[in-house]
Amino acid sequence: MTTRIVELRRGILKKNDELAAGLRLRFTSAGVLVLNLVSSPGTGKTAFLELTLRRLRERLAKAAALVGDLETDNDARRLAASGAPVRQINTHGICHLDAEMVTRHLEGWEEVSLADLDYLFIENVGNLVCPSSYDLGERIRVALLSVTEGEDKPLKYPGLFNSSDAAVITKIDLAAPCGFNRELALRNINEICPGIRIFETSAKTGAGMDEWLAYLAEVARSS
Amino acid sequence: MHELSIAASIVEAVTESAAAYPGARVTKVRLRVGALASIVEDALQFCWDLASEGTPLAGAALVIKMLPVIVHCDACGADFEIEGVQTLRCPRCGQLAAGISQGRELEIESIELEEPEIAEPKMHQAKPVEEQA
Repeated sequence: MTTRIVELRRGILKKNDELAAGLRLRFTSAGVLVLNLVSSPGTGKTAFLELTLRRLRERLAKAAALVGDLETDNDARRLAASGAPVRQINTHGICHLDAEMVTRHLEGWEEVSLADLDYLFIENVGNLVCPSSYDLGERIRVALLSVTEGEDKPLKYPGLFNSSDAAVITKIDLAAPCGFNRELALRNINEICPGIRIFETSAKTGAGMDEWLAYLAEVARSS
Repeated sequence: MHELSIAASIVEAVTESAAAYPGARVTKVRLRVGALASIVEDALQFCWDLASEGTPLAGAALVIKMLPVIVHCDACGADFEIEGVQTLRCPRCGQLAAGISQGRELEIESIELEEPEIAEPKMHQAKPVEEQA
């Protein structure tokens, strides 16, 4: 027997990355801004997205959402109340979305034509670890963190926060009762992803939403 | 816990690459994994055994090289390796880094194969000119 060493130097997730690159090209040529929302379960991604979709609709922007969960279409039904087209992705046990799932769910989605959309939101499965490895072809990855979760989340999950383009702090209406240390949270996010744009929001009071929507419009314009 | 998905992707990728060497058996798979890749080394080893079981890769060793984060500091104009992943500050001047130049890797570096000995054709056994001299 002889031993042979073969250099491969290939990404483990090359297949996903290639699919994601194809999606990104599709999204860019259709002129739709795609965002991938990632957080732990219970951060309030759905409430935040619900309000975002409503506000965009008021501004006559066209937005749609794909929403990932292990099971149930509860979130899709909640989000659909905003009037935006929404499609549920059930992963049946898989802890993250991947580019293949997104591709599959874009097919045959009759209410939606990418070319007519301004924004497409992809709400990932509630998980702060696994989604960080999977590119979905998004332009902006958003890491969300609620004031009830502890200011050190970014330090505990650096992989996600470092790979994100924007960070959203949710439930700031609960900041005082939770004893949330705002400066510490902002500092921790910045230590892991220097210079990242941070939004402090409440889906209940609407705080911070104007800044968030202005950011969306700004990124969309520069696309 | 997405290490099982990652392990399954490694099995798929290596099987594809090893197909170019019929009759060979993969004995080792070397990975390069950055400290910011959100991979737990032990979990990946455990999942590798599960994912490779029942495939031609069963029994192959997974060798994981963990790579520290290297930050690029604009102020110092240089790259620095940092300890851990709790801050992306330049260890020399303390400024927050402009970006990272290593730390997100998730790649297969190489594979090691055992191939059956094949009788070399005669002409390949001829010694090079310089050795004959």
